[in-house]
Amino acid sequence: MRTLSVAVGDPPRSAPASPPPLRSTALAALKDSASVGLGLLPLGLAFGVLITHAGLPWWCASLFTAVVYAGSLEFLLVNLAVAATPLAAVALTAFLVNVRHVFYALSFPLDRVRGRFGKAYSTFALTDEAYALTTGDRARSWSGARILWLQLFMQLYWVGGATAGALLGSAVPDSVTGLDFAMTALFAVLALDAVRERSGDLPTPLLALLSALVARLVLPGQMLLAAFALFTAALLVRSRKESGKESRMESRKESHMESRMESRVEESRA
Amino acid sequence: MPDTRYLLLAVAVSAAVTWALRALPFTVLASLRASGTVRYLGARMPAGVMVILFVYCLRDLPLTQSRVVASLAALAVTVGLHLWRRNALLGIVGGTVVSVALASTVFAG
Repeated sequence: MRTLSVAVGDPPRSAPASPPPLRSTALAALKDSASVGLGLLPLGLAFGVLITHAGLPWWCASLFTAVVYAGSLEFLLVNLAVAATPLAAVALTAFLVNVRHVFYALSFPLDRVRGRFGKAYSTFALTDEAYALTTGDRARSWSGARILWLQLFMQLYWVGGATAGALLGSAVPDSVTGLDFAMTALFAVLALDAVRERSGDLPTPLLALLSALVARLVLPGQMLLAAFALFTAALLVRSRKESGKESRMESRKESHMESRMESRVEESRA
Repeated sequence: MPDTRYLLLAVAVSAAVTWALRALPFTVLASLRASGTVRYLGARMPAGVMVILFVYCLRDLPLTQSRVVASLAALAVTVGLHLWRRNALLGIVGGTVVSVALASTVFAG
């Protein structure tokens, strides 16, 4: 909390206009977090129930979500912890599950977040959900403070949901299953939105789908790592091809525009 | 039941690895941001990443068993609600409720 107030209170030095008041920035972030962000609440509840049903103490739910804060790893960590897996294996699992975050630095707008503490929290809380929300079209005008508030709210939903789930977990009978679907639903929604935003770019989601399916079939034990590597390689090949094509495309587009304008002029004449 | 010391250490190790993976690439990439290839990747990465994570969630779908119906019905509800009402939360909660209802009753055990 201390880190956040430092970062938010730090006035942007280069901006000529005075920064928007703290409360309106926080309120805007609260609204940004209302849809996908709030989806973390049922997911957190599901995670908390899982913790209790696995036989771990309830405070593990708060601790995992507050300190590790990486959804899919936390779900795995429950099984690892129950089996008292050696710490080296825990570290390796954490690395393999989360190595995908390396790619997020390519597009996450960390340059807008000010202050050392602000940047520290922002990278710490750079979850898949935070990445999805802050790299969308809507987020293009968001200030660093708004991004930080959004990240904080999302973590509060996650920690709050998990803690509540763990405390209530013993009241939920073991026969209740299917809660883990919350995570699938969350990523279904995030994928839908992200793909819709690139409506003119069908090859990107298709390449991603193909990479994921190939990884699932060929390297099921390391599916995430393999899928991200394949997808990145495919994009690199595509960028090579397109950079050669781009100049030709551009001139074709221009001539197309010109011909349309001409026909419009003719129409208006007629 | 693992002891408290082990739990704390496991959490510390997981947190350290995760934060390093999230924070360190920024120091390397700062110098690469101007590159055209990096910008090309950066623009296309978000959509692809979410598609991959979605497929990852479905990796253990029991395709040959009847209980796959619970997951597929829940998924249809999530996607349908989200496309219809443009409300992510509604889709997530609606799908999860359907999943729990079906998996705990019709397809239980």
